[in-house]
Amino acid sequence: MANSYYDPADLRKFGKITEWSEELGNKFFDYYGKVFEEGALSAREKSLIALAVSHVVKCPYCIDAYTKDGLQRGITKEEMMEAVHVGAAIESGATLVHGVQMMNKYNKLSM
Amino acid sequence: MDQSILTEIKKAAKKSLKAKENELSDTAKQIEILNGELFADGELPYFKDKIAESGQFPLKPAKLEILQINVGYMCNQVCEHCHVDAGPDRKEIMTRETMEQCLEVIRSTGAHTLDLTGGAPEMNPHFRWFVEEASKAGIKDFIVRSNLTIILANKKYHDLPEFFKKHNVHVVSSMPHYTRGKTDKQRGDGVFDKSIRALQMLNKVGYGMPDSDLRLDLVYNPSGAFLPTDQAALEHDFKKALKEDFDIDFHNLFAITNLPISRFLDYLMASDNYEDYMYALVEAFNPAAVANVMCTNTISVGWDGWLYDCDFNQMLDLKVASKVKHIKDYNEDLLNNRDIVISQHCYGCTAGAGSSCQGTVA
Repeated sequence: MANSYYDPADLRKFGKITEWSEELGNKFFDYYGKVFEEGALSAREKSLIALAVSHVVKCPYCIDAYTKDGLQRGITKEEMMEAVHVGAAIESGATLVHGVQMMNKYNKLSM
Repeated sequence: MDQSILTEIKKAAKKSLKAKENELSDTAKQIEILNGELFADGELPYFKDKIAESGQFPLKPAKLEILQINVGYMCNQVCEHCHVDAGPDRKEIMTRETMEQCLEVIRSTGAHTLDLTGGAPEMNPHFRWFVEEASKAGIKDFIVRSNLTIILANKKYHDLPEFFKKHNVHVVSSMPHYTRGKTDKQRGDGVFDKSIRALQMLNKVGYGMPDSDLRLDLVYNPSGAFLPTDQAALEHDFKKALKEDFDIDFHNLFAITNLPISRFLDYLMASDNYEDYMYALVEAFNPAAVANVMCTNTISVGWDGWLYDCDFNQMLDLKVASKVKHIKDYNEDLLNNRDIVISQHCYGCTAGAGSSCQGTVA
């Protein structure tokens, strides 16, 4: 066992999850592949969305994968960083919007 | 990657590996790395074994279509990814005598495309004479691979767009990105602005315009340790950006994968990306690309007249496996019976949609 929770080389082994549950693993990878195909959204737009979400879910594997995917697609670093900010803004917004709950509770409990 | 390593590489990149006496300027050292433990330990399959799985070993030529001639390794640029290790300090230049031998072949070949490359081919002192003579041979598609900046490098090159036009040359030029930062990082400071000006000069004489027969295509190489994506999508992005920002027109974009040899191999090793890159190439292996890989329809001629299966094998000094090894003994029938010489760098041409000097192949 590695003495770290994350090993970059593990990303290459992602496909092996099918070995312990073939049907579910294959269904996941089929679905995953389909999601990223060109559709109403371009594959390029989907790559940027994936990069933003990768940061929000704080997945190091996903960040490596979609930074590389973005580079391959010719996406610029400015576009990538803006996407990360979109994720960060939603995440901080999600925290801050709970401030209204705090205010509501405060007001309810206060005379 | 670590900025200090990048700075070191950039500083060192101003000279060729050969001038720096870098161990990778020795082709045997490069081949040793390509045959190294990653493959020898069975972690990744040798290219030979991989194509054998789909019944494609030994790799044989199909019909010869392209005669590619490297007229010398001298170049006005020192690009970080260059598989030729070209630069101003390279003195290997095709002589007029070898060019005469090439012309004899050009006049008799069954190939429909003649493809001149370098270095900067325009820096060969016999370049214009050679183009004039070769253009008389009636080859259907006559390509010159121009790095664009050469057109602005010296007054004597300013008329190249007119010269190309006069001889109906098909111009193919490198352009790693439509933004300044990425282009200059790979090809050197100021290269982007000069390339833009050169493209505008080519457009001005009619090259690359939508209905023009004067063909102008661009070549895209990834500027780093990653593979190119869908060629059509990249072409769309390049066309939109170059038109909107600089009013530039061109015909097609060829997406070419960087092969792990020479200066790009040096970069992969120095930046600790070699293993990941080889994994990426092997994972993206596509048997359909093997069937159309460029060594099956191309002969590459070196500056000194030796024959190779492709420009990459030329840079690894892997000569054709044929009785005929030199342009002076050229015999198309004999050459077409050869087995193509392969090694692990060949994964670069079979990844994804494949890669060749004419872009994707699958």
